[in-house]
Amino acid sequence: MAAEVPPPPEIATSHGLTAEEYANVLEILGREPNLTELGIFSVMWSEHCSYKSSRKWLRRLPTEAPWVICGPGENAGVIDIGDGLAAVFKMESHNHPSFIEPYQGAATGVGGILRDVFTMGARPVANLNALRFGSPSHPKTRHLVSGVVAGIGGYGNCVGVPTVGGSCDFDESYDGNILVNAMTVGIAAKDRIFYAKATGVGNPVVYVGSKTGRDGIHGATMASAEFDQEADAKRPTVQVGDPFTEKLLIEACLELMAEDAIIGIQDMGAAGLTSSSFEMASKGGVGVELDLDRVPVREEAMTAYEIMLSESQERMLMVLKPGKEDIARRIFEKWELDFAIIGRLTDSGRMVLRHNGKTVADLPINPLVDAAPVYHRPRGPAQPRPVVEPGDVAPPEDVMESLKALLGTADLCSKRWIWEQYDHMVMADTVAQPGGDAAIVRIHGSHRGLALTTDCTPRYCGADAATGAAQAVAEAWRNLTAVGARPLAITDNLNFGNPERPEIMGQFADAVEGMGEACLALDFPVVSGNVSFYNETNGKGILPTPVIGGVGLIDDLARTATLALSAVGQSLVLVGATTGHLGCSAYLKEIEGRGDGAPPPVDLACERRNGDFVRAEIVAGRITICHDLSDGGLLVAVAEMALAGGIGATLSVPDGAPAAHAWLFGEDQARYLMATDDAEGLVERAGAALVPVAVIGTTGGESLTVTGSGTISLAQLSESHEGWLPAYMGDA
Amino acid sequence: MKAAVIVFPGSNCDRDIEVALTQSMGRPPLMVWHRDDSFPSVDLIVVPGGFSYGDYLRAGAMAANSPAMAETKRRADAGVAVLGICNGFQILAESRLLPGVLMRNATLRFICRDVHLRVEESRPPFTGNYRKGQVIRIPIAHHDGNYFADHETLARIEGEGRVAFRYTDQCGKPTARANPNGSSANIAGIVNEAGNVLGMMPHPERLADQALSGTDGRAMFDGLVEAFG
Repeated sequence: MAAEVPPPPEIATSHGLTAEEYANVLEILGREPNLTELGIFSVMWSEHCSYKSSRKWLRRLPTEAPWVICGPGENAGVIDIGDGLAAVFKMESHNHPSFIEPYQGAATGVGGILRDVFTMGARPVANLNALRFGSPSHPKTRHLVSGVVAGIGGYGNCVGVPTVGGSCDFDESYDGNILVNAMTVGIAAKDRIFYAKATGVGNPVVYVGSKTGRDGIHGATMASAEFDQEADAKRPTVQVGDPFTEKLLIEACLELMAEDAIIGIQDMGAAGLTSSSFEMASKGGVGVELDLDRVPVREEAMTAYEIMLSESQERMLMVLKPGKEDIARRIFEKWELDFAIIGRLTDSGRMVLRHNGKTVADLPINPLVDAAPVYHRPRGPAQPRPVVEPGDVAPPEDVMESLKALLGTADLCSKRWIWEQYDHMVMADTVAQPGGDAAIVRIHGSHRGLALTTDCTPRYCGADAATGAAQAVAEAWRNLTAVGARPLAITDNLNFGNPERPEIMGQFADAVEGMGEACLALDFPVVSGNVSFYNETNGKGILPTPVIGGVGLIDDLARTATLALSAVGQSLVLVGATTGHLGCSAYLKEIEGRGDGAPPPVDLACERRNGDFVRAEIVAGRITICHDLSDGGLLVAVAEMALAGGIGATLSVPDGAPAAHAWLFGEDQARYLMATDDAEGLVERAGAALVPVAVIGTTGGESLTVTGSGTISLAQLSESHEGWLPAYMGDA
Repeated sequence: MKAAVIVFPGSNCDRDIEVALTQSMGRPPLMVWHRDDSFPSVDLIVVPGGFSYGDYLRAGAMAANSPAMAETKRRADAGVAVLGICNGFQILAESRLLPGVLMRNATLRFICRDVHLRVEESRPPFTGNYRKGQVIRIPIAHHDGNYFADHETLARIEGEGRVAFRYTDQCGKPTARANPNGSSANIAGIVNEAGNVLGMMPHPERLADQALSGTDGRAMFDGLVEAFG
C-alpha cells in the first residue's frame, strides 16, 4: 500500500528507485543496502534490464514452432535450419547512447549484439540494422546520420562481419530520440549451443576480454529515463567500443567453445558484471563469490560500485568445467586478451562480493532477480482513424513528376550512400546485397542460404499501433518470401515513448497484440527481442516503432528472385488485390503533405495465400524477378525494379481499377510484382490458387510509361533516387 | 602450387582467401600465425585483408613489424611470390616491399562496392591469365586505399610497367569519376621491381565464385596455379 511506504533516501531516488521499489529492497535485505548494493538493485530493476513495464505483454507473443530451438529469455533466439545447423539471432537498440554520441553509441550497439550471438556458440555471419532519424531539416540530423553510419561501419567492418541490410527512415518525432537498432545473425552447430546458466558448486567463474574501466556506468539506467535539455551531460555514460578486441574475443571464444570446457557463458552488456553474474547464477540456481581485486581493471582505485556497474565493452563472463582453466587461459593468451579467474560458484544462493579483503556486498540472488518489479501500467484506448477513400485525394497534376518526387524523398530514396560505407561482402557469402527486398547470405560451404530483413512502417504504427505492428511482421514475411525464402522466425525491437503514460502503454499493448496475431497467422514466431521505452524528450514521444527482424531459409540458392528487371518484352504481373488505399501512404505524406487516415488493413489469410503462391513460383524456378510492394505502392515498385535492372517498362491501368493515382500509389498489402515470359501460365496457376493477379504491363525501353499518364526517363528517375542522400549529406 | 596465408590478430579476409585458393589449388593453403618466423617453403605467400592489430597507429604499420612479415620479406627478396590484398597491400607498403603509401580515402569514408579495373600488364605469376587492357569487375572495401607516391616514384613505376591494375569506367577509361578513393593515376595495384610482389586494394577473392555473381577474381588464382604448377 503506497500510503505506508516511507519516502526513500535521496540516494535511492537518484538511482532511479521508486519508494515501493526501495521498500522492497529493505524487505529483501532486512537492512539498509550499502552503496554498491543499491547500485546493483538499481540496474537490475531498471526498465532496460528488468522489462518491468513490458513483461506482462511480451508473455503473449507466440514463441514456439517445431523449428524453434530456443525462444526469448536467452542471449539470442535459436532456430533449426537443417543439416545439423542453427541460426542464432537477435536485435537490440542503442538509441539513447547514439543520440548523445552517435559514432560510439552506434558502434557499441553493433558490438553488443554481436556478443549476444557469439556467446551462444555461433559465428556471426551477418549484421543488419534499422535506423530512424529526425526530420532532415532538423539541425542535428545530418550530424547524427553521419556519426551513426560511420560507427556501424567502423565496428562491423573491423570485426569482419558483413552488414548486409537494413532500413532508414526520417520523421520529426525522432528529432530528440533517434533509433539505432542493430541485429546480428550467426550460425552454430545445432548440438553445440551455449547458454547463460551457471552450474556446479565450486566451478570457476572466469572473466575474459577487455579490462574494466569507468565508462558506461549507469548506461542501463540512462536508457530507462526520458531525455531533457541535459541529455548532453550524459555523454560520460556512453561506452567506447574496440572492434579489434571484439574480433579477438570472437575467435578466442569460438576456439574455446570447440573444446569441452564451458558450462555457461554470458556477455557483459547492459549493467556489465552485475547483470551477467546475477543472470547466470539465477538461471543455474547457485550462489557466487567474486573477488573484485582479481577483475582486470584499466584505471586505478576503482571502487566495487564502479567495477560492478561499469559497462566497458568487449567483456565476457564464463563458468568453466573444473580443470579446464589452463586450456582456456592458453587460448585467451594466444589472442592477447585478459583472462582472470575472479570467483567460484557456491551453494549459498547469494552473491558475495569481496574487495580489498572486505565483503562489500552480500545479496540473495533469486529474490533480487525474481522480485524485479512487474508493472501493470494503465493502457490508454486506441483512437481509430477514418479510412481515406481514393475520392478524398485529388489526382496529381503529373503522375510521373510525382513519382520522381517520391523516389527522391528521404524515406524512399536510395540508401546506397549508407550501405556502401558498410563492408557488406566480407566472408564472401553475401549472395544478395543491400538494396533488395531481403539480403541473402549463403550458409558457408553449402548451396543453401539465409534471407534477412528488418522492417517497420512507423507512420502506420502511429495511426494504429495494432495494424501497424501486424503490418511490420507481414512485411518482413513478404520481403523474405519475395526472394524465395521460407520465413522461419523473427526478432523484434520495440521502440516506444514513456510507458508511464497510458497513451504510450496503449500503443505498446496494441502493437504487441497486433504482432502476436500476425506471427501466429504466418507461423513466424518471435525468438528474441528487446524493448526500448522512454524514447521521449520533454514529454514528446516517438512514433511507435516495433521493428521486426526476419529470418528465412533458402534451400537452393539457384532458385531465388531479385527485383532487378533483366529482360525486355516480359510481362509484369501484379499479385494481390488493389483497392487504392491511400490513407497513411507515402504519396499522401510527401505529395499532399497529409498524414491522415487509417493505415492499410492487413488481411493475414490473404497475406499467407498470396505469399505461399509467390514463393512456390520462385522455388519451382518459374519466377526469378519479384518485388514486394510497400512504401509508395505499385509505381514506386516498378520504378525500383526498372532502376535496378536498367530496363524500362510500360503500364496500363486496368479496367475496373480505382482512380489511377490510387491504383498507382495506394499501399494495399499482400502484393508483389513479378516479371515473366509466361504470363498466361502464371495467371492460370494463380487462378487455381485463388490468388488475384493482373497483367499490368511489359518491360523494355529506357523509360517508364503509364498509358494515359505520361512517360519519364530512367535517367531522370535515377538522378532523383540516387541523388537525394549524397546531396543531403553534402557530397553530391 | 604451395601457398601460405599470414594470419594477424584482426585479419578478417583470411578465410575468404583460403576458400578462393583452395578452389583453384585443389587443396588448402597453409595458415601461418603472425608470430611464426619459420614456416615451410611455399610458392606463394598471401597477406590478407582485414584490420591487422586494429589498424591502430596506422593501417598495416604494426603488422609490418611482426615476425611472420620479417620472414615474408626475406622470402620476397629471394624471389618467392607475395600477394597483398587490401590490408595486405597496406602491410606490404609499410614493410617497404612496395613503394608508396595508402592514405585515407579522398571522401574520408569507408567504401564498399564493385569497381572496374583495367589490367595494365599481362604478366605471370599474378596477371598472366588476364589480357593486357582487359576490364574486370572486382569489389573494394577499405577506408585507406588512396595510393600516393612522389612524382619520381610514380614516374618510375609507370615507366617500368609496374602498375598492375587501374580504376577505370566499364569501358576501361581511367576517369576521375571511376577513381573511388583519390589514388594517384587511378592506381589500384602495383608490383615490385622484380615482379614477384603484388599489392592491390581490390579483393579478387570476393569475386571468385559464380554464386556471388562474378568470377573475374578467380583468373588470378587459377593463373598462379598455372604459373607454379
